[in-house]
Amino acid sequence: MGIYSCIGKNLEEVSASLFEGKSGIIFDAPRKDLGFRSALTGMVETPVLKGKLDRRQRLCMAEEVDYAYVATVEALQQARMDEQYMADHEIGILYGNDSSAKAVIEAVDISRAKKDNTLIGSGSIFQSMNSTVTMNLSTIFKLKGINLTVSAACASSSHAIGLGYFLIKSGMQDAIICGGAQEINNFVMGSFDGISAFSIRENSPSQSSRPFDKDRDGLVPSGGAATIIIESLASAQRRGAPILAEVIGYGFSSNGEHIIQPNVEGPTRSLNKALADAGLQAKDIDYINAHATSTPLGDSCEAKAMDGVFGQYKPPISSTKSMTGHECWMAGASEVVYSLLMMHNDFIAPNINFETPDEDSAKLNIVSKTKEQKIDTFLSNSFGFGGTNSTLIVTKFKQ
Amino acid sequence: MTNEQIIEKINEFLVEEFEVDAEKILPEAVLKDTLGLDSLDYVDLVVVIESTFGFKVKGEDFVGISTFQDFYDYIIVKVNEKNQVVA
Repeated sequence: MGIYSCIGKNLEEVSASLFEGKSGIIFDAPRKDLGFRSALTGMVETPVLKGKLDRRQRLCMAEEVDYAYVATVEALQQARMDEQYMADHEIGILYGNDSSAKAVIEAVDISRAKKDNTLIGSGSIFQSMNSTVTMNLSTIFKLKGINLTVSAACASSSHAIGLGYFLIKSGMQDAIICGGAQEINNFVMGSFDGISAFSIRENSPSQSSRPFDKDRDGLVPSGGAATIIIESLASAQRRGAPILAEVIGYGFSSNGEHIIQPNVEGPTRSLNKALADAGLQAKDIDYINAHATSTPLGDSCEAKAMDGVFGQYKPPISSTKSMTGHECWMAGASEVVYSLLMMHNDFIAPNINFETPDEDSAKLNIVSKTKEQKIDTFLSNSFGFGGTNSTLIVTKFKQ
Repeated sequence: MTNEQIIEKINEFLVEEFEVDAEKILPEAVLKDTLGLDSLDYVDLVVVIESTFGFKVKGEDFVGISTFQDFYDYIIVKVNEKNQVVA
């Protein structure tokens, strides 16, 4: 696995941040000049890829592809999957992404100003498409398997992992690079800001994302990329790869209602479907990484759904979005990475800023301070606009 | 802008934007081979010429350009034409 996020540029840094309960949220002043209602955001450094990739490769990469490349290099190294192995085997890529706004807007600006589309340049078309991550990474790493972008709003990369798991289980693929990427620039979130979805606690960025807390006032956008290599047992063992865990359940559903207002029934079906697919019961889950984004209605609906399914067992729950903000298209994959880091280091990362429960979150076992605890099996929720829901269950690999 | 200044600017963007090894930029060297140009790169040449010298190149203008010297000569002529119009 590999990660490039606002709480760390690699697995080691992110693991430390999770343990420390460190927030990656900042106040990004230029957003105010652009008329943003909220200038809060997670922020990452721009990776320096000159010297690592040639000019043509870099020209075709949108911002989120830069992040995805860095996360994927880390994941490939950990999985001991080198250039020769990828040349000799059919490796696929399934990545969650649902925008490439900066590239599109910059191209339109040039087109309008110059009245000559040649002056947009040669890289823009490859940066502008939703599939920019998969089209670039498949070319850079010379992949020969499935090559597909999954767009499902903030559940994109959770579905990417779930679909990858199905493809491997079916025997159609041996190994797939899965993940999710999210651009952070000033353009991508303007329309999201426009519907007043963001927290306006601008005087206190690290306290602005507060999932499940009674005083939450909206989500905080964020971004980066996360990659997970999933493969059949035979494929991993053939290469002597360190097996981090096993994906054992994928559930999904659509709310079938409103484009933005969530409900309880949809997520409940996704949770139950994942448990059934894994052959597990509610009592078997040691930790839940909640979707909870810090919006008033979304967190309440998820809390009700989790209480309905897990009720009496009260597994420990945290939303790492309290530290990272909402990593949107990337969140499903990054939150599996965060949960795997917790699993391997025997702790539960805190849901920071959870100070006062509301009537729904009071029924849950929300971990607000880092807790040292073994995790054998975790569940990760991701939900998105349009009522798309995805749930993954991952367990420790046992020989 | 003198011819020398124009050539200096061209070499500058070839090194900066196209990452060409400065030592390989020789007047008699073949532009396409040295730069390893493909069809997409010509688009970026058009962009950088427009932003550096302020005129738009047509794709067919590249047809007669083989060496770096051809390229310099083409740009020099175009820049001088533009200057005459301005004058």
